Amino acid sequence: MAAGRAVDLKTKLLTLFVVATNVLGNVSMSWGMKHQSAQLGLSPWAYIRLIFSPWVLLGTMLLILWLLSRMTLLGWADLSYVLPVTAIGYVLTAILGKYFLGEEISYQGWMGTGLIVAGIVLVGLTQPNTTNSEQSR
Amino acid sequence: MVATVVGCTALADLLQSFEMKRHVVAVEDLQPGRLGRMLARLARRGPLVLAVFFMAISFFAFMKLLSVADVSFAVPVTAASVVIETVLAKLVLKETVTVKRWAGACLVAFGVALLAM
Repeated sequence: MAAGRAVDLKTKLLTLFVVATNVLGNVSMSWGMKHQSAQLGLSPWAYIRLIFSPWVLLGTMLLILWLLSRMTLLGWADLSYVLPVTAIGYVLTAILGKYFLGEEISYQGWMGTGLIVAGIVLVGLTQPNTTNSEQSR
Repeated sequence: MVATVVGCTALADLLQSFEMKRHVVAVEDLQPGRLGRMLARLARRGPLVLAVFFMAISFFAFMKLLSVADVSFAVPVTAASVVIETVLAKLVLKETVTVKRWAGACLVAFGVALLAM
């Protein structure tokens, strides 16, 4: 069915957007958090100052976009589809963490990465929306 | 801290999935000019406001976690929620979770756990 394929393509494009904002948001947040010196205690002021530092602010913006696009995606596809498929974000975050933040990925980590990718392929083969709710227009 | 992140995330996701499927956002609403109106409509839906509240708690708990751990630990460890939420999606949201999807979710969660170690 052509209509079914169009819905599918739209869902997949939005999934890509959700993953991209998630990964870039996490990495720039982490960059911002690691390049600050203040100790985070219970005082809200330290957090508020931190939120307005450039990298944390960019990260927060990206994560807000992520939240909104993910909400939309949850309307178009099942929760049990969205969760595993967007897990590619974990892999990309780890890889960016390695190259930009100097974090190590162990042999075990690469095995985990392989399993995640295999799981995503399996879930990606299933029908994205299985409940009888109003189909996205 | 990890338990707070996972618990709040699961609650937030269930509420969002439930509410977003009741009133689906159309593709035409995703243009910059219409985003404001879309946001205003979303903000009037009770379950979504509650979901954002839980997301906020999980977000600040996650920020605190990031300040004491590597991002390549903090992010994967919160993935325990994949399997928990798949179970809840089947029980609460009545989604059809096929064998393929179970297997995929388990592989993903297992992989994420390996990545976290």
